[in-house]
Amino acid sequence: MAGFIIRRLLLLIPILLGVSILMFVIIRMAPGDPAVAYLKLSNIPPTPSAVAEARHTLGLDRPILSQYASWIGNAVKGDFGVSHVTRRPVIDDIMHFLPATLQLAGVALLFTLVVSVPLGIWSARYKDRWPDHLVRGFAFVGVSTPSFWLGFLLVLLFSLTLKWLPPMGKGGWQHMIMPVLAVSFMSLAINARLLRASMLETASARHVLYARLRGLSDRRVERSHILRNAMLPIVTATGMHVGELLGGTLVIESVFGWPGIGRYAVTAIYSRDFPVIQCFTLFLVTIFVLCNLVVDILYAWLDPRIRLNAEAAL
Amino acid sequence: MTLASLDEHAPRRTLWRLPVRDTWLVRIALVIVVLLAIAAIAAPLVAPYDPNAVELTRRLQGPSLAHWLGTDHLGRDELTRLIYGTRVSLGSVALCIVLIMTLAIAVGGASGYLGGRVDQAVMRFCDIFLAFPTIVLALFLIGILGTGMGNVVIAIALSHFAWYARMVRGLVLSFRQRDFVLAARAAGAGRVRIFFEHLFPAIMAQMIVLATLDIGHMMLHVAGLSFLGLGVQTPTAEWGVMINDARQFVWSNPMLIVWPGLALLLSVMAFNILGDAVRDRLDPSLHGDHQH
Repeated sequence: MAGFIIRRLLLLIPILLGVSILMFVIIRMAPGDPAVAYLKLSNIPPTPSAVAEARHTLGLDRPILSQYASWIGNAVKGDFGVSHVTRRPVIDDIMHFLPATLQLAGVALLFTLVVSVPLGIWSARYKDRWPDHLVRGFAFVGVSTPSFWLGFLLVLLFSLTLKWLPPMGKGGWQHMIMPVLAVSFMSLAINARLLRASMLETASARHVLYARLRGLSDRRVERSHILRNAMLPIVTATGMHVGELLGGTLVIESVFGWPGIGRYAVTAIYSRDFPVIQCFTLFLVTIFVLCNLVVDILYAWLDPRIRLNAEAAL
Repeated sequence: MTLASLDEHAPRRTLWRLPVRDTWLVRIALVIVVLLAIAAIAAPLVAPYDPNAVELTRRLQGPSLAHWLGTDHLGRDELTRLIYGTRVSLGSVALCIVLIMTLAIAVGGASGYLGGRVDQAVMRFCDIFLAFPTIVLALFLIGILGTGMGNVVIAIALSHFAWYARMVRGLVLSFRQRDFVLAARAAGAGRVRIFFEHLFPAIMAQMIVLATLDIGHMMLHVAGLSFLGLGVQTPTAEWGVMINDARQFVWSNPMLIVWPGLALLLSVMAFNILGDAVRDRLDPSLHGDHQH
C-alpha cells in the first residue's frame, strides 16, 4: 500500500508540471501583448518606450524557456508575483480568500456523501415503490437545476418569505445552509442515482444470490454483500464531484456574497490580471489533483484487485 | 432495430431517426426541444416585442395581457427576452459541440489510429487537460482570452474536448478490429480512406449520442459563466444574464429571477431526457466495446 501511495504521489509531479507548462504556453499564445495589458491596468499610456520598459520589468524580453524556468522556480518557493491591480503579492490574496472556498466546498462534499448514500440505499431497497419514485424524481430534477438559480430560490423562500436564514455573507452555521444546499444539489442527485443503479446491479451478482441462499437476512446481505461492492463507483464519482463542487462553489459565492476565491478570481478575470489568474488556476488544479489522489488511494484500499495489480506492475 | 444489429450499418441510421423508447416523458421532452428550436430560429417572428426596446415608463410591471410575463427593470418585455435567450443558449451550445467534435475526432482519431508514440504523447497531453476541473479551466481561458460569448464557447470547448478525445480513441481502437474495417483493409483500402469512409461515420454516431447527453450540462455552464458576467455583453438577452440583472429586484419582483431559471431548467431537463433515452437504447454498444 505504501508503495502504491508513493508511486501515485510521484505521478503528480509530471501532471502538475504539464499543467504549468500548458498554462504558460496558453498565456504566451493569447492575443494582445501582456505588457500593454499591464500598462493599461497601471493607467500608463502605452508609448513604445513605456512598453519596452514594461516588457523588461515583466521579464518578457528574455528567452521563453528562461521566463518559464524563473516563473516555476519562484512558484515552487511560493512566490507567484505581484497582482497587476492591487500591487500586492498574489499568494497573500489567494491565501486570504481560499479558506472560505475550501470550507464551503468541503462541507458541500460531506453533505453530498452523507445524504446521497442513504438516499441511494433507500431507493434501491424499495425499487419501483414510492421511496424509489421519490428519490428518482428528485435526482431527475437535481441533475437539471442551475445551482445559482436554486440559490436565489432558496433565498426567496428561506430569507425573504420565511425569514429563517440570513440571505448573504459568512458567519455562523446558518450562513452555510443555503450555499451548501445549492452547491451540492446536483452532485447529490447524481450520486444517489448512481448508488441506486450500482446496488441494483450488484444485487443480481452470483455472490449475493449465494449469500441469500445461505439464509442471511436481507439487511445483512445488503450491508455486507451489496453495499461494499456497490460503493466503488461512488468512490470514483466522488473524485469527479470534487471538481464540480469546487467549480460550483466559485459560482455560488457570487449569489451569497460568500467571501471566497471565486469572486476574487472573477474580478481578476475582468481586469485580466494574469498573475492572479495563473496562481488561482494552479492552486485549484493542485487541490483537485490531490483530492483525486485521495480518492484513488481509497479505491485501492476498498478494492484489493486494483492495489495488487498496481503492485504487480511495479 | 435490435441491439445485435448495431454494427457498421446501424450507426448511420441513428443520425436521422432517434432510436428511443417512446414514453410520454420523451414525447414532452421532444416537444420542448422543438419549441426551443422554433423560438431560437424564428425569434423575431414569434416574440411580441423588440428584446432591447427600453421603455422606462413601463419598468418592473407585473404580468398583463400586453406583457404576459411582465417587464424587467428597463421596461423590456420579459417573454420576448426569454425567447431571444434561446438563441444564445442553443447557439452557443451547438457551436461548443461542433468545436468539441472537431477537436476530439482530430486528436482522438489520430491517437487511436496512428498508435505508438503519437498515441502516448496525445494521451499524456489529454491527461493534462483532464487534471483541471472543467469550470476552473474555463475560467482560466476566459481570463486569458478576455470575456465575451465567443471566448466562453472556446473555453467550454477546450475544457471538455479531452474527455471526448479519449472516448474517440477508445472507439477507434475497438472499431479497427471489427470485421467491417478488416474487410475494407483486405479489399485494399488505404488508411485515409478507411478512416473517413468506415471509421468516421461509426464514431460520429456514437459521439452524437454522447454529445446529446452533455447538451444540458453545457447549457448550465454557459448560463453560469454568463451569470458571472463573463459571457454576453449587457443588452443581449441571455438567461444567465437575465438572472443576474434581476437579482437587485429580488424583493420587489422575484418572478424576474424565476422565469429565466425555469426556462433553463426545462430546457436542460428536456435535453437530459432525450440524452438518457438515446443512451439507454445504445448503452450496450457504448460500454461493452472499448476495454483497451
